[in-house]
Amino acid sequence: MVGTVKTLLKSVRQYKKPSLITPLFMVLEAFCECLIPFFMASMVNEVQASATATMQPILKYGAILIGLAALSLTSGVLAGRFAATASCGFASNLRHDLFYKVQKFSFANVDKFSTSSLVTRLTTDVTNVQQAYQMSLRIVIRVPLQFIFAIIMSFTINAELAWVFLVIVPFLAVILFSIMRFVMPFFRRIFKKYDALNASVQENVSGVRVVKAFVREDYETKKFQKAAGEVRNDFTKAEKILALNNPIMTFFINLAAVLISFLGATAIIKSGTLDGAFSTGDLSALITYGIQILSCLMMFSMVFVMFTMSFESARRIGEVLNQESDLVSPENGVKEVKDGAIRFENVSFKYSQKANKYALSDIDLDIKSGETVGVLGGTGSSKTTLIQMIPRLYDATEGEVFVGGVNVKDYDLDTLRKEVAVVLQKNVLFSGTIKDNLRWGDESATDEELVRVCKLAQADEFIRSFPDGYDTYIEQGGTNVSGGQKQRLCIARALLRKPKVLILDDSTSAVDTKTDALIRKAFADEIPNTTKIIIAQRVASVEHADKIVVLDGGKIIACGNHDRLMKESEIYREIYEAQTKGGSDENEEGGAL
Amino acid sequence: MAEQKTYEQKPRAIRPMRGRGMPVPKGAIKKGTLPRLIKTVFKYYKWQMIVAFVCIFFNAMGSLVSSVFMQSLIDEVITPAIREHLGYDGVRVKLITMVIGMASAYMIVIIAGFFYNRIMAVVTQGMLYHLREDMFAKMQNLPIKYFDTHAHGEIMSTYTNDTDATRQLIGQSLPTLLSSSLTLLVSVSLMIWYSLWLFLVVAVCTFAMTLVVKKIGGNSAKYMVAQQHSLAEEEGFVEEMMKGQKVVKVFTHEERAKEDFERLNAKLFKDSERAHKFGNILGPILGNIGNFTYVLIAIIGGLLYTLEVKNIGASSLFFGLQTLSIGTIIAFLGMSRNFTQIVNQMSQQISMIAMGLAGASRVFTLMDEAPEHDDGYVTLVNAKKDENGNLVETQERTGLWAWKHYHKADGTTTYTELRGEIVLDSVDFGYTEDKQVLTDVSLYAKPGQKIAFVGATGAGKTTITNLINRFYDIADGKIRYDGININKIRKSDLRRSLGIVLQDVNLFTGTVMDNIRYGRLDATDEECIQAAKLANADDFICRLPDGYDTMLTNNGANLSQGQRQLLSIARAAVADAPAMILDEATSSIDTRTEALVNDGMDKLMHGRTVFVIAHRLSTVRNSDAIMVLDHGKIIERGTHEQLLEQKGTYYQLYTGAFELE
Repeated sequence: MVGTVKTLLKSVRQYKKPSLITPLFMVLEAFCECLIPFFMASMVNEVQASATATMQPILKYGAILIGLAALSLTSGVLAGRFAATASCGFASNLRHDLFYKVQKFSFANVDKFSTSSLVTRLTTDVTNVQQAYQMSLRIVIRVPLQFIFAIIMSFTINAELAWVFLVIVPFLAVILFSIMRFVMPFFRRIFKKYDALNASVQENVSGVRVVKAFVREDYETKKFQKAAGEVRNDFTKAEKILALNNPIMTFFINLAAVLISFLGATAIIKSGTLDGAFSTGDLSALITYGIQILSCLMMFSMVFVMFTMSFESARRIGEVLNQESDLVSPENGVKEVKDGAIRFENVSFKYSQKANKYALSDIDLDIKSGETVGVLGGTGSSKTTLIQMIPRLYDATEGEVFVGGVNVKDYDLDTLRKEVAVVLQKNVLFSGTIKDNLRWGDESATDEELVRVCKLAQADEFIRSFPDGYDTYIEQGGTNVSGGQKQRLCIARALLRKPKVLILDDSTSAVDTKTDALIRKAFADEIPNTTKIIIAQRVASVEHADKIVVLDGGKIIACGNHDRLMKESEIYREIYEAQTKGGSDENEEGGAL
Repeated sequence: MAEQKTYEQKPRAIRPMRGRGMPVPKGAIKKGTLPRLIKTVFKYYKWQMIVAFVCIFFNAMGSLVSSVFMQSLIDEVITPAIREHLGYDGVRVKLITMVIGMASAYMIVIIAGFFYNRIMAVVTQGMLYHLREDMFAKMQNLPIKYFDTHAHGEIMSTYTNDTDATRQLIGQSLPTLLSSSLTLLVSVSLMIWYSLWLFLVVAVCTFAMTLVVKKIGGNSAKYMVAQQHSLAEEEGFVEEMMKGQKVVKVFTHEERAKEDFERLNAKLFKDSERAHKFGNILGPILGNIGNFTYVLIAIIGGLLYTLEVKNIGASSLFFGLQTLSIGTIIAFLGMSRNFTQIVNQMSQQISMIAMGLAGASRVFTLMDEAPEHDDGYVTLVNAKKDENGNLVETQERTGLWAWKHYHKADGTTTYTELRGEIVLDSVDFGYTEDKQVLTDVSLYAKPGQKIAFVGATGAGKTTITNLINRFYDIADGKIRYDGININKIRKSDLRRSLGIVLQDVNLFTGTVMDNIRYGRLDATDEECIQAAKLANADDFICRLPDGYDTMLTNNGANLSQGQRQLLSIARAAVADAPAMILDEATSSIDTRTEALVNDGMDKLMHGRTVFVIAHRLSTVRNSDAIMVLDHGKIIERGTHEQLLEQKGTYYQLYTGAFELE
């Protein structure tokens, strides 16, 4: 817990000043607020005592009170403003640090946190921590001070009666804190259930077609009712316990008030004088302080609850901040990639240390610069895993990968990834114009260059058919272009990098075969020196490659050109025949529509 | 002088949000939201609410009684005891009576508070449950169109942020407002009773407070909204970047992403800082206006006292004009403190109430959406043939299905065997009025036939299948199922007769087995495994850590796209519906696996009418009829061979001269 708080507090940085000033003004405000009832009481005392009422005490104390109120106002307002700056600034820094951290993440790190959990951490969790921070700046310092001030003041007024509070305080404290401790586990459990409930609504909304197609509306409603009912029962239980807080608090405050009133009145009467050591004004002041003291306890228990609750958020933020990227660019890494030659030396890989199964095992592969290599294999045969080793998106568990004759671990990461362009299977376009998206490849690319790569990727034609051409706005996730168009834009984007190695991970699956062939031809003609690695489901896409790698269960089971594999690899033949079943000319042109 | 007990002090006031951010008040609050909400609360919790009101009343009264107590104690016990030299013994009885009276008043406050808090815990959580449940049940009956036209994040926010805000309103803001108004009313009357002059002072100061609330509170609300907008904007950006994080890395685009983020984050900081600044200073300002009021009353009271100005108050009507007593001034000082505190408290509730009402309004809007229209009355039943060969209805699963058709005209019921003959007759359709998607589509699927749809994205392939299971209703034309107009078939029965595999696979949180069983809830484990084998999914399922008991979460995030499609096929297989729709069912499965799946699929499709939408030719080639769609019209139809011979669009598509996507 302390560790997490420490991690988070590192993000306060330039807001240290307001963070420190806020409590100072808070102390001033608390000080004023403690003195105000005291002077109010003194005023009442003197007014009451002077049988011949004069304005003098009223004006005297009025002036003091107004002075104090002005001071309290100023410090309160200033504290409020500084607290706003400090807490919002802290939150802003936290978001900044989280975002920057994620930018440093490796693929393995990204896999560990889901998109939605990262978004929640950057938004809701930060907001919760921000609230807790502001609360602690304004309350955590102020409440104990107010508590101590109030106790001192009440002892100043009448030490004998003030003992009443000191007797009551421990009782109330113990009871309040036991309630909180008792309720906290409930809340933690509830929040988990609550999150699950929301997740199930999300699932239902996005799967509405399935629900309706299988006529599962009633089933879903029952499922939801059950989950919502559970949340309700737990919540009600917890809230009922929490509902004891208020009456108990009231009970003790009132107990104090009754005791003080009774003892106080008795004392005054017995003293036989109104302006003696203890007066009626003191009586009301004492009760006010009593309420302050006991309210402080209430505030304490509240802050305690809120801290425990936001701690979960803090922990989740700390988890990201403390996550060390397991892929770090070496210092003074090699800044130049000589050529596109690739070598795998006895590479094995598993996604986590704990996994007992290797995703890749004993991979030995030699690719010459400028070669075209096809990768084939069934669902789950680790084709994608294999190529992700090349731009060092993951590090091999065993063995080494070399690009341009240099171990990928020795390269400056940016340099390596700049020279090894990957068109991912799950590719993404971002909201912005087509030009914006393409320039991800090269920010300084001229319009002519954009057109050139789009022509290579067979994208120029359809882009020009849009009313806004290259300035067409792409919606988030690229929902307003078709799958095939999206893939070609992604290829163009990668081409713009002018990489030494270009990897296409099933990147033409939605492109028709003719265009697919045109793209391949363009590659061969225009970028002959670039090493091209193509993962495909269609044999046609890789048939003419210099080398075809067939993967199965994370192992290379065959490697060679088409003719050789047709002769030597049964699996390759099987795939080939499965796709050309019916004996038409489909393998040439019609593998897919 | 006991201060107002507030319900606000409960920790729930500061409970961290579970939804994403606070609800953004957008759009106008629906008229009648508050009365409707109150009505709903009373519908479920009439007696509890009445008891709660009584409790609030006693609580408020009790607190007030205790605030006049001090004045009586001073004026009636202490002062006389000393001034009139009664001594302690002279007032002992009176003192003890008074203290007991005060203790009783406090006891009432405590007991009322206890019941009130418990009842509200039950009512608030119960209402939350009922609202959610109502909303969810209603949502299940909304047409697909609703989900097309509303962002899912927006719907989710109704379940999280809006219900949260509504809970605050029911459980906290409204009761606080009610009890505050009650005490406010009583303390105003009391103040008027004691002294009109002094009350005027309080009134002027209250007016000043209102102005402050309006100005600062208004600014705070304004920037709060701005903050929500910036937050939403940043959230949108973060979501996009997190989703595309791998692409960002592949393109070493991290620095640019940081720059864009920096800009949004700075704006969010500015807006939230302003919102909080205004929010934070409201309390101290109001509190100190209260302190000024106190001093002002003391001064004016003192002046009135010294100048012996005749006091006017409601009490003067009974006791005539008197000069202001010290006790009255002191009591008034206490009351004014109380009063300004309540005003302060109420002002803190204003933004909560506005947010709560906005939330409740959106909850009701969702509930008021028009449900899916269904006046079908033909139902689907299991059937068997009796000895005469007539169809009779039966409870057990026979594999033979019949449409139970009640004829209103002559009161008879006929049974028609379900054969799977589906006819579309000149169907027109558009998702919106102004844009027609399908024009004059006619087709005929004989029982057991496989009909394929081919065409570019947006040509209307999926739309046709959406019309057959009535996700949408056609604008013109007719669709007949075994000779029955599908509008007459009850929607749930129509859909039960159609197994469906969609391109976008949605899996639910639960085990693999649960997900397959989703197709037919009473399927045995054996049947589910059988279906998985048919879909060629058994193999990979067995390799999962817990086999069929492996938990799937987050839409099966730990499975590959192809594996998810296999599960989706298994789910449809276990449903064992007489007819099927396969919309790009195997698009993400590699061809080698597809070859294996196809054997199973052939078995699955055997004897059923099947509509297939597929990207790959190998999937559609053996169809009985292929429909080539273009811009919502069927431009070619026939078998694979016929279409090739025609050398039309299909031929061009097939030979790759033409591009689909």
